Amino acid sequence: MIHLPITKASERHFKIDPNDAPVKDLREELFQLEKEGELEVIRVPDNHVELMTKYGRKKKIPIDKTWHHKSCGQCGHIPGYSTSIFWLNRQFGLDYYDPTDQTSCTAWNYYASATSNPEAQAAVAVRNFAAAHEVGYFPLIHCGTSFGHYKEVRHALVHQHDLRRKVKKIMERLGKKLVLPEEVVHYSEWVLAMKDRIAERQVIDMSNITATVHPACHYHKLIEEDAIYDSEIYGAQRTAIVTGTLQALGINVGDYSTWFDCCGFGFRHILVSRDFSRSFSVQRKIEVMKEEVNPDVTVTHDTGCVTTLDQSQFAGRAHNRKVGIPVMADSQMAALAMGAHPYKVLQLHWHNTDNKPFLRKLGIDVEKVWSEFQAEVDKIKSGEKKFMTWEDADK
Amino acid sequence: MMALDLSQNKHADVSYEEKERLFEEVKADERWHHVLYGCFECGICVASCPSARFYDFSPRVIAQAVSREDTDLIYTLMSDSIWDCSQCFSCDRCPRQNSPGQIITIMREVAVKNGLQTAKKALEGYGRIIYKIMSTGSQVSPDMLQPDAFPDWGTHVYEIAENLEEWRKALPPETLHTTETGWKIDKKTIIELYLIWHMTGVMDLIEGIDEGLFMILVDVMEERLEEAGYDDVTFD
Repeated sequence: MIHLPITKASERHFKIDPNDAPVKDLREELFQLEKEGELEVIRVPDNHVELMTKYGRKKKIPIDKTWHHKSCGQCGHIPGYSTSIFWLNRQFGLDYYDPTDQTSCTAWNYYASATSNPEAQAAVAVRNFAAAHEVGYFPLIHCGTSFGHYKEVRHALVHQHDLRRKVKKIMERLGKKLVLPEEVVHYSEWVLAMKDRIAERQVIDMSNITATVHPACHYHKLIEEDAIYDSEIYGAQRTAIVTGTLQALGINVGDYSTWFDCCGFGFRHILVSRDFSRSFSVQRKIEVMKEEVNPDVTVTHDTGCVTTLDQSQFAGRAHNRKVGIPVMADSQMAALAMGAHPYKVLQLHWHNTDNKPFLRKLGIDVEKVWSEFQAEVDKIKSGEKKFMTWEDADK
Repeated sequence: MMALDLSQNKHADVSYEEKERLFEEVKADERWHHVLYGCFECGICVASCPSARFYDFSPRVIAQAVSREDTDLIYTLMSDSIWDCSQCFSCDRCPRQNSPGQIITIMREVAVKNGLQTAKKALEGYGRIIYKIMSTGSQVSPDMLQPDAFPDWGTHVYEIAENLEEWRKALPPETLHTTETGWKIDKKTIIELYLIWHMTGVMDLIEGIDEGLFMILVDVMEERLEEAGYDDVTFD
């Protein structure tokens, strides 16, 4: 019989050593290809911070000069998500770019229907990267799926000469260069990098709040070595994303057993087989959170996750399931902590599950803030105003 | 729940040679050698798979079938199971570094490329989404939030649909004052996207899977391309 030494879980220490990483730092190959004239690398701007990744590599996170690669689902159905990201940038006076020369990454459709191919997917990605580079900004990716997909595309373009040749030819026809970013950066990494500055300007006490966190699959499961980890958070045994931000805001983050499970989005399923999405989301995520933590809110960092976890609870309630947890993005929580308006900035009326008890627990007069938003809408309806401006949002 | 019929007889009407041809196409994909390294049968992929909990679906069966090169079974899976996958890639935690999710991505592409009847069936009702993403460059739009499309999301969808125009204008970022796309996208950008579809043969895939959708997309795209001076670009 083989006798193995047994160490208690509490005594185990996970030592991170980049030399033990099962994968190489892709940037070495990226810069080598640049030297050989195969492509051009978009450098992370000078104003950046470094955060640790899964195997200990330091990842550069740009603070400003960011080109915001928006998300279809966030902008289309939960627009307070991206509005909060922009609001945070404005509050810190950071130089950012909100482009109109941007398409979707089209990966939602790719993962749902396979009606595309690697060349098309890579060309769409590089076209967007090139658009950012042309105006002198660095791409910051809002969607978890775009982030995961772009990491895969970058990996494929570095390693597959034939794909690179095909995409280069397409870019030539579009009058663009084959460019790839030095790092693929998700907005929630930017929020995490900014957490201390956000906490310094926090005006709403959140210490009485308990939250659960759902890390997005395409954030930490695709090209896992590029996700952010922290020895102080979960002992670096799972990603520090979102949790690190919430803890900096004084929020108690509760743990639950199905944290690794996906939200139930399924790409194709959320649009045409929603019975699966609803059942999985309610039974494997929301009910487990409710039973094991009973949080005031659950916080995530991706389009599909906010949508699925939030919208699925309506049907769950109709079936008397244990639901009723408001769902928000980390950008919305950070903005709220800094005093952003719950409806003018966070745009919580686009969310489904009742979030009023959560707002009231924070001391927010829900009726008052709703009437302030309604007043702006009335001005638009009457023709007094064409749009609500950033200045209106901060009144 | 109906058990998945994995017997060889299920698709006896399809010749072995045809099944083999399709599998060869799967194996010819450049990604193939990075997504399959053999299988321990440990079941870790199944334990973390959301679809395995609600469908008669198993990422382990997929990994096993392709490892053994079981051509009949692979065809059966390609004709059914692969569309149950959630593409979350939870199965990437495989201790052998297999990626059943990525194997499925490739199998789906081959199923679509070859216009398999089951792929057409799996994508029934999905055509409007393909139309949206390919013609506008944005997958879902605010005006898709209609009660008849999302009845299970409750009365909240009625409220959004009723107030859509004003609520979109009550968004501070100027790029979000749109209803037909998630954000304002330049005409030039859309033209570049159409050129990408043209140069990568994506429209051929659409034609194989849904001819009606293909014709509508061709009309829209060729007209806009012509307006932009690309008279020579056609999808026929």
